Amino acid sequence: MYILKVALVSIVLLSGCATIEPYNYGPLKQAAPRSILVLPPMNSSVEVSAPYTYLSTVTRPLAEKGYYVFPVSVVDTFLKENGLPTPAEMNGIALDKIDEIIGADAVLYVDIQDWGQKFQVLSSVTVVQGSVRLVSVKTGELLWAAPINAQYNPNNNSSGGLLGALVVAVVSQIAGEISDNTPQVARMANNMAFNSAKRGLLNGPYKIEKSSY
Amino acid sequence: METKIVVIGAICATALLLAGCTSTGSQYYWGEYEDLVYKTHHNPDEVPPSVQIEKLQADIDKAKASGKPVPPGIYAHLGLMHAAQGDKELALQSLMKEKELFPESAVFINGIIQRSMTSS
Repeated sequence: MYILKVALVSIVLLSGCATIEPYNYGPLKQAAPRSILVLPPMNSSVEVSAPYTYLSTVTRPLAEKGYYVFPVSVVDTFLKENGLPTPAEMNGIALDKIDEIIGADAVLYVDIQDWGQKFQVLSSVTVVQGSVRLVSVKTGELLWAAPINAQYNPNNNSSGGLLGALVVAVVSQIAGEISDNTPQVARMANNMAFNSAKRGLLNGPYKIEKSSY
Repeated sequence: METKIVVIGAICATALLLAGCTSTGSQYYWGEYEDLVYKTHHNPDEVPPSVQIEKLQADIDKAKASGKPVPPGIYAHLGLMHAAQGDKELALQSLMKEKELFPESAVFINGIIQRSMTSS
C-alpha cells in the first residue's frame, strides 16, 4: 500500500511535466531581459520578517539562471536613503524611474501571502506561499509569472512515506546550521518555480550550459 | 514486473527531482553572500561592515581558488560595506569592479558614484 502511494505521488509529480500546459514564453523571448531588479516583497502574511528573508534567497536562483541580479541590499539601502522606507513604497516606483535610475531590463515583483511556522495539533509545518511576476521595464508587459509554494513538515514520517522522508532529509541536510528554516523552505519553493520544466524561467545571457549532461 | 520497474523509476526520478534542491552544480561561487544579506536585515549587530568585508573578501579569494566566478552583486555589496565604514577609495574600487564584471549594472553604479561625489 505504501509503495503504491509513493508510486502514485511520484507519477502524479512526473506526469505533471507532460500534462501541464507549457508557459507562453513569447513576451519573455521577445524582451530577452539581461538584468533583473528584485524589489523587496509585498507582504500580506503576519510574519513581518518574511520580505527580507525571501529577498535573501532569490538572488541565487535568478543569477544561476543566467541573469544579472541587482544587489538586493544595496538597492534596498539606496531606495531607503531616497525616501522610500518600506517595500510598499518601493513597489510603487514608476517603471520609467527604474529605467532611468537603475537601468534594469525587468523587475521581479514578489507577493508573499503566507509565511512561517504553523502549529498544528500534532506537529508544526513551515509554509512559504506567494507569487512572483517578472515585468518588462521598457513596456510594462508581464514576461513571466509563477506561484512560490512550499511546505516543510519535520514530523511528516507517517503521512509522507518515502517522499516525505526524502524532503525531510534534503531540508534537514541544508537547514542544520540556523534555527529559522524559512529560508530553506523558500529555496525549495524557488527551485520549483524557477526551474519548473515547462513553466520555469528561461535562461538568461550569462547562463553557462553544462556539457556534462 | 513492468509495474515494478515503473515504481522504481518513479521513485528514482522523484529522488532526483528533490535532490535538485541541494545541487552543488552552481555556476557561481556563492560563499556567505546570502547569509550576509539575511543577517544585514535581521541581525545587523552580528554583521557590522568590518565583518562583512572580511567574509566577502575571503569569498572572493575562495572563488578564485575554486575556479568559479563571483556572482552578481558581491562587489557592489562589498562597496556598500566600504562606504559604510567611510572608506570611499575602496568603495569606489569595488563598485567599479561590479560594473566591469557585469556591465548591466552601469546605470545604477554610475548613479551611486555620481551622487556620492556630489554629496561630499
